[in-house]
Amino acid sequence: MKMRWLLPLGIFVVLLVFLAMGLTRDPREVPSPLIGKAAPAFELAQLHAPDKKLGTADMRGKVWLLNVWASWCESCRTEHPLLLQLAKANIVPIVGLDYKDKPEEGKAWLAQRGDPYRMSVVDLDGRVGIDWGVYGVPETFVIDKNGVIRYKQIGPVTVDALQQTILPLVRELQRS
Amino acid sequence: MIPEVGQFALILALFVTLVQGTVPLVGAARNNVRLMSVAVPAARLQFVLVGLAFACLAWSFATSDFSVANVALHSNSRLPLHYRVAATWGSHEGSLLLWVLMLAGWGFAVTLFSRNLPAALRARVLAVMGLVAIGFLLFLLATSNPFERAIPAPAEGADLNPLLQDPGMVVHPPMLYMGYVGFSVAFAFAIAALLGGRLDATWARWSRPWTTVAWCFLTCGIMLGSVWAYYELGWGGWWFWDPVENASFMPWLTGTALIHSLAVTEKRGTFRSWTVLLAIVAFSLSLLGTFLVRSGVLTSVHAFATDPTRGIFILVFLAIVIGGSLALYAVRANAVGGGAGFGAVSRESLLLANNVLLIVAMASVLLGTIYPLIVAATGGTISVGAPYFNLVFPILMAPLVFLMGVGPLASWRDAPVPALWTRLRWALAVAIVTAALLPFVMGTWMPLVAVGLFLALWVVAATFVTARQRFAGMPQRGWRARMTANSPAWYGMLVAHLGVAIFIVGVTLVRGYEVEQDVRLEPGQSVAVGGYTFTFRGIAERAGPNYDALAGTFDVHHGDRIDRTLHPEKRTYRASGQVMTEAAISPGLFGDHYVSLGEPVSEAGAAGAWSVRIYVKPFVDWIWGGFFVMALGGLLAVTDRRYRVALRPRESAAALPAAAD
Amino acid sequence: MTALARALAVIAFALAGCALAQVVTEDPLDARLKRLETDLRCLVCQNQTLADSDAPLAADLRREIRELAVAGRTDDDIRAFLVDRYGDFVLYRPPLKPKTWLLWLGPFALLLLGAIVWWSVLRRRRAQSTDAVAPSAEAEARARALLEE
Repeated sequence: MKMRWLLPLGIFVVLLVFLAMGLTRDPREVPSPLIGKAAPAFELAQLHAPDKKLGTADMRGKVWLLNVWASWCESCRTEHPLLLQLAKANIVPIVGLDYKDKPEEGKAWLAQRGDPYRMSVVDLDGRVGIDWGVYGVPETFVIDKNGVIRYKQIGPVTVDALQQTILPLVRELQRS
Repeated sequence: MIPEVGQFALILALFVTLVQGTVPLVGAARNNVRLMSVAVPAARLQFVLVGLAFACLAWSFATSDFSVANVALHSNSRLPLHYRVAATWGSHEGSLLLWVLMLAGWGFAVTLFSRNLPAALRARVLAVMGLVAIGFLLFLLATSNPFERAIPAPAEGADLNPLLQDPGMVVHPPMLYMGYVGFSVAFAFAIAALLGGRLDATWARWSRPWTTVAWCFLTCGIMLGSVWAYYELGWGGWWFWDPVENASFMPWLTGTALIHSLAVTEKRGTFRSWTVLLAIVAFSLSLLGTFLVRSGVLTSVHAFATDPTRGIFILVFLAIVIGGSLALYAVRANAVGGGAGFGAVSRESLLLANNVLLIVAMASVLLGTIYPLIVAATGGTISVGAPYFNLVFPILMAPLVFLMGVGPLASWRDAPVPALWTRLRWALAVAIVTAALLPFVMGTWMPLVAVGLFLALWVVAATFVTARQRFAGMPQRGWRARMTANSPAWYGMLVAHLGVAIFIVGVTLVRGYEVEQDVRLEPGQSVAVGGYTFTFRGIAERAGPNYDALAGTFDVHHGDRIDRTLHPEKRTYRASGQVMTEAAISPGLFGDHYVSLGEPVSEAGAAGAWSVRIYVKPFVDWIWGGFFVMALGGLLAVTDRRYRVALRPRESAAALPAAAD
Repeated sequence: MTALARALAVIAFALAGCALAQVVTEDPLDARLKRLETDLRCLVCQNQTLADSDAPLAADLRREIRELAVAGRTDDDIRAFLVDRYGDFVLYRPPLKPKTWLLWLGPFALLLLGAIVWWSVLRRRRAQSTDAVAPSAEAEARARALLEE
């Protein structure tokens, strides 16, 4: 049997491998290019104290989470109880980024469901979101003591994601 | 009750195909006539059972039986009847059942028209089709049952996606599937030939009409999809190189290579292993398309709601069917290959170049479509979109289109280049000059427009030369005698090639000269676009059968008189609350006017100013006209007398026309 | 003669269509932005270009792009701005990088390969002696009858 007759089969096998690998991924997910890079700096008005500001500089030296949320966001409701539990456990501070939301509605939402955030800041026009590569809500970022983004959770935080990725990473970063 | 009948029919059909796919193959291997004769009744019974199942599902949709989950999710009692029926194939499960129906239908057709096939070949062909059907029926019953009940049954359905509530939905999927699935016949013929270890010109003669008909359907299906996108999606595009669009285009490209390759195998007995491989690849690409749209591997506007189990199932199925076929090819291709020699410039060599170029184009489209998966495997992301394909594809196609002019003139085995040059040099000159001048006439001179027009005009001119050459050399007297003496297949070729030229004219001129304006218009305001004036007259409310619409009125003026009035709409579908933009298009031979409503942009809301998108698209209908003419050419070719011999076995052999073209 | 007549006919035909072909001058900034945005991918409605998408994020990004353009940044700067934040996903025209060499060079490599295949098949077939003489009509008819048994 000449080698050239095997070529179509060979090409197909290669294709099959890539298709199989493709089945394990969600093609709609856009991984962040900011992982391993410095978190984009911001300084925004706080949700509950509009005359005061909070910025990335204030969080230097700590490992922290940035959670992008909004009162109009349906999926945020599914992760909210988990965030409340995480906040109660006091492992890592969570800063909320109220994305393209009306501050009154954001406050009301938190008052109704509980506030897991050390502090929330308001991103009225979404510019900070764009700087952080936010394309859907909710999203959660893990930032280390030097202000470098180490992980991005796309979509609601799940128990699996917390237990297998986020918490181990946070503990490792806190140790260093 | 009826859904259960449908489900039971599918289960029975599975058992029938299990028999159909195995017994005749054993029979053919052992030359056992009784076992082989199981094929025809099995295939016919399968068709009846699948047809029954499909009718049950369609009935459930027509009568709005919301106790069937599929109906509850995809239909609504206020949906007009024709859309309720079309909703039968509006979901993953329903469209899969349509696939299976088409497969059974093609199998049934093969049983009707194959009486003169050698028994072993007939048995093998039907068995292979049965094997494919087993996979699909298993998939349906195991993971995608359309007859699942919704308990408790909702009072009202969720409605068919408004995007699909359109005449395009009624025709596009059935046409497309007729094409995709039709290639299964060529595939079955190829596998049967490999299994039998023999392939001759008769085999090619048998395969050819089946393949050409499937190709015609696919051509129409793709064309309808493109037209539908154009008028339904509201932003004037007609091809997005979306993965699922590519998934239909790749079998088309391969199918085109296949019908040309079959012509060579039939007439000259060469290209045999090529033809077999092309038949396998064409159907494999159809199957791959099925995978891409239902597995969720790639993002696509066409993708059905996905489920990882389904993806794995289809992938395994692909591995077995395609892997098995290509392995069989690897082992047996040598036995069926071979054939006479031919010169460096000859019709064979040109058709070989045709095959190679089409396959290279298909492979490039495949590469671009799959590339995001390749990059994702190494942890990155990438998007491969229209800018890539619009650059790569025309470059690959240009040499092919050029050769399309030369091919029909070249003689078999050896075509002396000086003779070709003498015949074609005038055509070349006319094409170059006209293509160089026309852009000036259209407005701005653009080099790409000139190139595109050159290719199209070259094909037209060369086709005329071919026709004149043929008529001049005929012994018959009088044009009527000469016309009828040529075979429909030859006319089909000319017509199809002209279709390609028409298509190229459309694409070139629309991409070169289309105009788009995004404007804010108050009622009474006008805007000038592309030499016409569009005046916005205001908005009126209108109630449709299952939607409420805000209908705009636009007068289009050319000079003083009003050419036409357009009514674009913004529809809110009551059941789902979804808002759809219905563009208003006024088609014309030389171009379309296209108006699409955006949003109200003033304090006065719907009664005030609106953002509006206005397009003037020259020659855009030539795109689909070209495709239609191509399909027409294919249809002409199938009516050739040589293929009708199959229905009249007693016809004397002397009446067969010589294969002179 | 017929060639000339053909050419004239085509030109006359096209003249009729030229009425639709006048180019409208639009604001050069808008034209530039439209060209740029047509090659960018919306991250929310991932099957639409940034130019066509109605998603809120798309509107925000179009606003950012406009501000950058007005501030004097080049097209490359704007694309870099988006790629820094969203990765290569946002470009519909894949950039030329090592990871896309196969993509961009592939088709042309395939074309070359195709040409080589064509040439080698040709050489093989040209060498074959052509011993098949076209059979007489009677012989052909007999052969067909035999084949159709």
